[in-house]
Amino acid sequence: MNQTQQPSAELTDPRLLQLAPEDNVAVARRTIAAGEQILIAGRMVRVPVEIPVGHKLAVRPIAAGQKVIKYGAPIGSATRDIACGEHVHTHNIASDYLPAYTQRGPIAL
Amino acid sequence: MTHSWQGFVRADGRKGIRNVLVVAYLVECAHHVARQIVAPFAHADVHLIGFPGCYPSAYAERIMQRVATHPNVGAVLLVSLGCESFDRAGLARAVASSGRPTATLVIQQEGGTAATIDAGRRWVEQTLPQLHCCPRAEMRIDELVVGTICGGSDATSGLTANPVCGRVFDMLVEHGATCIFEETGELIGCEQHMASRAVTPELGKRLIAAVEKAARYYSVLGHASFAPGNAEGGLSTIEEKSFGAYCKSGRSPIRGLIKPGDVPPRGGLYLLDVVPDGEVRFGFPNIADNAETVELIACGCHVILFTTGRGSVVGSAISPVIKVCANPETYRRLSADMDINAGRILEGQATQEQIAQELFDLLLAVAAGRPTASERLGHQEFLLGYKFFEPTPPACKKM
Repeated sequence: MNQTQQPSAELTDPRLLQLAPEDNVAVARRTIAAGEQILIAGRMVRVPVEIPVGHKLAVRPIAAGQKVIKYGAPIGSATRDIACGEHVHTHNIASDYLPAYTQRGPIAL
Repeated sequence: MTHSWQGFVRADGRKGIRNVLVVAYLVECAHHVARQIVAPFAHADVHLIGFPGCYPSAYAERIMQRVATHPNVGAVLLVSLGCESFDRAGLARAVASSGRPTATLVIQQEGGTAATIDAGRRWVEQTLPQLHCCPRAEMRIDELVVGTICGGSDATSGLTANPVCGRVFDMLVEHGATCIFEETGELIGCEQHMASRAVTPELGKRLIAAVEKAARYYSVLGHASFAPGNAEGGLSTIEEKSFGAYCKSGRSPIRGLIKPGDVPPRGGLYLLDVVPDGEVRFGFPNIADNAETVELIACGCHVILFTTGRGSVVGSAISPVIKVCANPETYRRLSADMDINAGRILEGQATQEQIAQELFDLLLAVAAGRPTASERLGHQEFLLGYKFFEPTPPACKKM
């Protein structure tokens, strides 16, 4: 997967919405199918899994333990290394406050 | 568009935007009888509310008293089994002294189920014509109390519907209306920013303390205020959900912190603290969205702006609920349940400002009598459980 350190709003795909310049994730404005090529910071990246509308993907690599930034503010921390273009969700980030909850029970912090 | 309409004037001077006859059961054992009393009046504004518990609750009695004397309510029928602990005489006195027609039916004294249903239906039939005689007078936007809640949130809620609601709250506050946002358990991570918007540093400290209380409370419960659908909809953490939810409050200064049943003294923006005081004792603060809606109505809300991404279909008894749909894919599936399609912002078909104006205009039309989608579909949810609150300090009421 291609990776870049310097995302640029102008060079990001119109199917994505980056809410603040310092964000390391962007949200899907519509559902993006697995295998689609999307433009992130001037580079074409193949999206490995479906990204449903509103879900997040990384627009730069995020190391395990690093804060995930959306709305220009931390929404939690990466629980493992996340590559550019990867789906960012409960499988690879966790709250810095309280566990989320899914059909399978609380998500361990 | 004119910013006034004909409201319903109550004896206590407050004005309503609906004229509802409420039938209230005072314990679950009276629920069936109350529901049967209401059943033939599906097309009149006759709403069923109630409290299921048999054990005493100062909180529930206060909320029931506030909703039974809400300005959208014109008359109240109380239905008691007879042996529950609810102070039915106290509630009846409060309703009567507010100038509303009221009656109390005690099933054990009326002769059982069938006799009480018959007596209840007769009372409703006799009382409905009195409701239609309620005086009307001009009601202005600065007399309106508006609440907001998000339910069935997903990751689009904080992108479209919630910021739109925040913009409308700003417009309402500019026009002198009273606006209430809530759910301190879904403001975790926003407390410092909220404090910076408080009208006094002392209030800022209390806003932070309210969110810290919520975080402690949910910590004991084992997880945040977070439903499986939130995660399926792309929300990964409570902070992410909170930032999206917080957008509903707009940018106005925060004038006060209130508790369920406190009616704000004047216009402006208020935070409703819905998390109980003291130790964790009755389980989740609000077991579902409608419990929060009831608390907002108990604080005087004439109308509720309800944002949803996953697609909540609920409405409420007493006050109309306007559904603002955040997710364009949800809107296409559930359009008949929605009033506003804010998902168009995400697809580039409308701006946030355009949708905010659409919602503001709709709000005024609903205040003037236009039914919302959930009203047309007959939604009249009402949910009230056990909680404990310390009384709001008098100093805060003067704010």
